[in-house]
Amino acid sequence: MARTISYREALGEALAQEMERDESVIVLGEDNAGGAGSPGEDDAWGGVLGVTKGLYHRFPGRVLDTPISESAFVGAAIGAATSGLRPVAELMFIDFMGVCFDQIFNQAAKFRYMFGGKAKTPVVIRTMYGAGLRAAAQHSQALYPIFTHIPGLKVVVPSSPYEAKGLLIQSIRDDDPVIFCEHKAMYDVTGDVPEDSYTIPFGEAGVVRDGDDVTIVAIGRMVSVAEEAAKQLAESGVEAEIIDPRTTSPLDTETILESVENTGRLVVVDEATPRCNLATDISALVAKEAFGSLRAPIEMVTAPHTPVPFSDALEDLYIPDAQRVANAVKTVVEWKR
Amino acid sequence: MTDTLSTAVSHELDGNALLDAYRTMRTIRAFEERLHDEFATGEIPGFVHLYAGEEASATGVCLHLDDRDAIASTHRGHGHCIAKGVDVKAMMAEIYGRRTGSCHGKGGSMHIADLSKGMLGANGIVGGGPPLICGTALAAKQKGTGGVGVAFFGDGASNQGTTLEAMNLASVWQLPAIFVAENNGYAEATSSTWSVAADNIADRAAGFGMPGVIVDGFDFFAVHEAAAEAIQRAREGGGPTLIEVKFTRYFGHFEGDQQTYRAGEVAYARENLDCLKRFRARVTETGQVEAARLDAVDAQVADLIDAAVEEAKAAPKPTAADLETDVYIEY
Ligand SMILES: Cc1ncc(C[n+]2csc(CCOP(=O)(O)OP(=O)(O)O)c2C)c(N)n1
Ligand SMILES: [Mg+2]
Repeated sequence: MARTISYREALGEALAQEMERDESVIVLGEDNAGGAGSPGEDDAWGGVLGVTKGLYHRFPGRVLDTPISESAFVGAAIGAATSGLRPVAELMFIDFMGVCFDQIFNQAAKFRYMFGGKAKTPVVIRTMYGAGLRAAAQHSQALYPIFTHIPGLKVVVPSSPYEAKGLLIQSIRDDDPVIFCEHKAMYDVTGDVPEDSYTIPFGEAGVVRDGDDVTIVAIGRMVSVAEEAAKQLAESGVEAEIIDPRTTSPLDTETILESVENTGRLVVVDEATPRCNLATDISALVAKEAFGSLRAPIEMVTAPHTPVPFSDALEDLYIPDAQRVANAVKTVVEWKR
Repeated sequence: MTDTLSTAVSHELDGNALLDAYRTMRTIRAFEERLHDEFATGEIPGFVHLYAGEEASATGVCLHLDDRDAIASTHRGHGHCIAKGVDVKAMMAEIYGRRTGSCHGKGGSMHIADLSKGMLGANGIVGGGPPLICGTALAAKQKGTGGVGVAFFGDGASNQGTTLEAMNLASVWQLPAIFVAENNGYAEATSSTWSVAADNIADRAAGFGMPGVIVDGFDFFAVHEAAAEAIQRAREGGGPTLIEVKFTRYFGHFEGDQQTYRAGEVAYARENLDCLKRFRARVTETGQVEAARLDAVDAQVADLIDAAVEEAKAAPKPTAADLETDVYIEY
């Protein structure tokens, strides 16, 4: 039975169902219960995002608050994963990867290969990315391309409550280290989500909308931006096919290539800054593998090559919006040699 | 060894210096209380972390500093900015996201900075400041300016590797650095009695080979005295000091925090411990400053904050032409 719940609730439900199913699943992070050692409520926050709210009392001893020591607790989650637990660590803002990146990319990401296939590191690092909340340069970045760059990490970027739940459950069950990227402007977005537990496999893109005129590949929150643009475009007779990769590593190249082979046109929408991001990665893939099908140069809609600005006046210009996507689509549709 | 300083009589401060100290603390308090009210109207964007209750720390330390000296701050940075002399109107405009702000609207509350004043920035990254201060202190040492670097950081940040590494490095290099651990009892909702494994943050100083002191953070004079000693030692080449300042914050972790993890400690502190109340009581009792002069400061500060808010609201926002400037000096 599906009902309408929020992205936040979908994530919380995924955690609860997996903790119920598998005793080895633990949750840790700053204020994931909230209130440790404090005189008031001991389950005061449930994470700054409220995602883990309620888990502390429901699963005694399995929700751990941490000091502000990301290297230590993210590293501990990784170590515990090598030793039989399935930790879900919360790295509050993706920007904080800066203080614990070694544990993620030199440790977790390397074990399997470096140890000749002998290690298994089933850790999930949940983290919040993205602009839109006037949180400024150190709390707003879309850094999933950096993780995507690292062999050994799997990277998940869900675009809806439905995906959030199914992909988080898959992430917890997956035996490799997973970076699970939640968009901070999406926690209150609602959608239909089945009550029962379910998984969405990695490396299988979702086709969010069918269309024959142009392929739009959009990442995370940009999927809803692309949908808005597609609605606008349909009014002028342009039918866009929207592809949501769901996971940037592994990437479902097949679905993307098939779509471009049909439409002959590609627009990639990525909230990340424009150098070495998913837009350039997917564009390169298509340029190499589907060159013969392309009827127009590829367009990329991304943030500018700047840090995220604070002022609403600038941040609204920074984030790709439906108008910019629609304009890019018009450019490729109207392109003439 | 950790010494606890009791309230010491400061011999250095004459009436004017006391009035300056009071003005700084009052400005911080008024700035923060006004932001608390303005935030509730929904007009202030982003995250705002208020420093009310902690004024004696920034003020007591920064009163010893001049333009040779640099400070690094935190997400709760308004007080440090004001105490280091950053323009209050430019700060307010920054918080409102205006082009006239300290950072032209690009930084916001968490990133107010004024390098010309030695204010290296509030910081969105917990533990981001202490390593930077090793660098400013190194520069002062190499150049022989006699300058010092001061890193303000919270109890939560005292558990961050960057902070601990910075303290070790400062000692190894015998840097003119002062580490001011502002223990306001909480990191978000987590009590420092839980997150700091030692009894006191200052106890960790021993492990880094530097003196550690604990001061009552509601007592301006205690902070001022401890800072005087540490800063003098640093200026004279005696290396770094860790000062733990203990108090509580008056508002939530950020504006909007429901604070269900707290008990009644704020009401108690406001009533019985408040740094401004204690300062006023002391300087008027000793006859160092007349109450009327303090009242006049209160009125001037209130006018300044009114004007700052009014001007900020009326100021222009940045425009598209500003979006891609200042990423590099040259590109
Ligand atoms: C590296 C990093 N981790 C976590 C956070 C989120 N965060 C912001 S403030 C804060 C609590 C800081 O506590 P403390 O150092 O005691 O300073 P206070 O807020 O009490 O002034 C946390 C966890 C952050 N900004 N940066
Ligand atoms: Mg604190």
